[in-house]
Amino acid sequence: MDTYGVKGLFASAAVAVLAWTAPAGAAVELRMMWYSDGNEGEVVRDLLNRFEQQNPDIKIIVDNVAYKAILESLPVQLAAGQGPDIARVTDLGGLSRYYLDLTPYLKDPEYWRASFGPYLQWYRQSGDTKGIYGIQNQLTMTGPFINKTLFDQAGVAIPGAKATWDDWATATVAVAKKLKIPFPIAMDRSGHRFAGGAISMGAKFLNDKGAPAVIDDGFKAMASRIKKWHDDGTMGKELWGGVSGSAYRGANEEFANAQVVMYMSGSWQISQFAKQIGDAFDWVAVPQPCGPAACTGMPGGAGTVALKQTKHPKEVAKVMEYLASEPVITEFSARTLILPAHMGVVKKGVDFKTDLRLAKDALSVFTGHVPNLSPVASALQGYPYNRVIFNAVISRLGQAVVGELTLDDAYARITQDIEAQMAEQQRNKK
Amino acid sequence: MRALEYPMRGVQRLIGQGRMPYVFVLPNLLIFGTFVVVPLFINFYYSVTGGTALFPEDRPFVGADQYGYLLDCENHLSPFTCREDRFWRGVYNTIFFVAFQVVAMVGLSLLTAVILNRRIVARGFFRSVFFYPVLLSPVVVALIWKWILQRDGVLNAVIAAFGGDRVLFLAEPQWAMFWIIFVSTWAHMGFYTLILLAGLQSIPADLYEAAEMDGTSRWRTFRRITMPLLWPTMLVVLVLSLIKSVQTFDEVFVLTGGGPGTATQLIVHYIYETAFATQVHNFGLAAAASILLGTVLFILTLIQMRLGSRGERR
Repeated sequence: MDTYGVKGLFASAAVAVLAWTAPAGAAVELRMMWYSDGNEGEVVRDLLNRFEQQNPDIKIIVDNVAYKAILESLPVQLAAGQGPDIARVTDLGGLSRYYLDLTPYLKDPEYWRASFGPYLQWYRQSGDTKGIYGIQNQLTMTGPFINKTLFDQAGVAIPGAKATWDDWATATVAVAKKLKIPFPIAMDRSGHRFAGGAISMGAKFLNDKGAPAVIDDGFKAMASRIKKWHDDGTMGKELWGGVSGSAYRGANEEFANAQVVMYMSGSWQISQFAKQIGDAFDWVAVPQPCGPAACTGMPGGAGTVALKQTKHPKEVAKVMEYLASEPVITEFSARTLILPAHMGVVKKGVDFKTDLRLAKDALSVFTGHVPNLSPVASALQGYPYNRVIFNAVISRLGQAVVGELTLDDAYARITQDIEAQMAEQQRNKK
Repeated sequence: MRALEYPMRGVQRLIGQGRMPYVFVLPNLLIFGTFVVVPLFINFYYSVTGGTALFPEDRPFVGADQYGYLLDCENHLSPFTCREDRFWRGVYNTIFFVAFQVVAMVGLSLLTAVILNRRIVARGFFRSVFFYPVLLSPVVVALIWKWILQRDGVLNAVIAAFGGDRVLFLAEPQWAMFWIIFVSTWAHMGFYTLILLAGLQSIPADLYEAAEMDGTSRWRTFRRITMPLLWPTMLVVLVLSLIKSVQTFDEVFVLTGGGPGTATQLIVHYIYETAFATQVHNFGLAAAASILLGTVLFILTLIQMRLGSRGERR
């Protein structure tokens, strides 16, 4: 090999080594953990593709996971100091200690305060009133859907705007009896869904100091109805009695198969129903059933949060600013058929991308629920350990529904479970 | 192989021939130690700590509090008098499940192995059929059976076709327990059948020929020749199926989710729920429950081994 050949070989090797070892100018890679109820995963990927084109120095890998992974795996990863840079979460307050305060990295923190005002508090730890941790890019409301076609076929009048839970039970049972439908009412096996009904009955859930005080007359009024409705067949045992512990179970498939007259779930189902049911039958969102105290559901939703173990806070903030911008929020809501929480977007309204009248009507009904929200429901949603309460409720009421516990025993166990978990939480080293 | 010969000779010269066996088991011991023994000690440490922190150094020492909480009962035979009633429900459900599932598993596996050991038509086909469920993932098994057993499942469709009323197989406590025993037996018996079949085939044929020449009945042959010679294999099957049965989680988790109520919530499910499914992850309590479970399993295995060695001596 001549001198030039040797030099050429060394030069090639040097270039190869540099290309391999020196990432100068290479894109920063961010990971985002994401779950979807409908098409949110596709839409966010599409939006991020546009962001990547505008920002070639940032690449975002979206890990689409099951909702269960967000609830169970993500907290363990975060506790271990691992996990993604950004995540879509629903346990907004429960994971707050892992969030990155974006304030120092944002170009215009005031925009965030003006756009997401009250929702920013849901992401903060107790005592924190200033930090900006995430984007409330989905507002949800729990509330009922009915299969209007079944009401029409049965010739039963649909209860009116101020109808009580008992009115709805009577009407749905009449429809189910006439048409031999197995589930007059189905309610997701979720403490969050139960809470709206209980608050309508007068339940407070938290005391004046903001600590859990779950069992009261309002709570008992709703719990005893749930038990009674399971005993007399108004509700099927497969949901609340079907699984144990804190397991969630929904009845969306049963509703889509016209097996349910009234389905107590929430606004996040609209996109799925539009796709699954379409106009096969008239699925309609109806006013919240009332109790003596209110006619309310529970607010909630999903937020996209920045996580503090990220090695690239500036780039994370850049992505978050993009996702929080008004045009992106508007497009995200329009294409996913979910309610926006962004004040500016809410004010201007969203032209939801669907030709389906049923979906548009349902979105309008759920939007109308927001102003009538009980302050008790808002406070409970803002309580960081609300899942401790929700889990204890479904676990113990589930046992009461199948006859393992009396209602009084279930109440005592709910209180004990919450106290035990809060005591364990307080054992952490300061 | 010669590549290993020279370094091994060097090692042998260094430590002596008597210690060489330890060198050969060392890789396995290292893996076993790293993935079984060390986690066992870490688990024990977790069981004497509290709080929700993940790293051991961040967890406060609480002594035997977690064990005290689990064992605090007015009457240990009545789970609802216990402070942590779900743990005891899990214990009693597991005892019931294991007792019936192991008996069904060993009994049916033995019966199947004996039949498949005979010269029956399409013997190869039937051997494959019984083994096939073992190849399926437990989650797939559970989903298939869920599809069969749910309100609008295949079984209810058949019942309805004959004019019967639908049965909520997975929402009625007794039915749910029956079906988790049935499904887990169905899913795993092929494996134990295979082991027993191998055991049956290792019994010398001349013993059966001699018995036949003496005019011994089939039942007597089974009792006096097959069972005694199959006993060591049976013991292996019994120990394996017992351990596997206590560890059952995935099929039940998918099929019934531990419900209805807590009717099919087994102890492993309780441990999972306590550690991971609640908002406040109670790793300490879950670790204590798993240490108690491990201790019971260890004692049961010792008893079985003892009984087995007595059987062999006889």
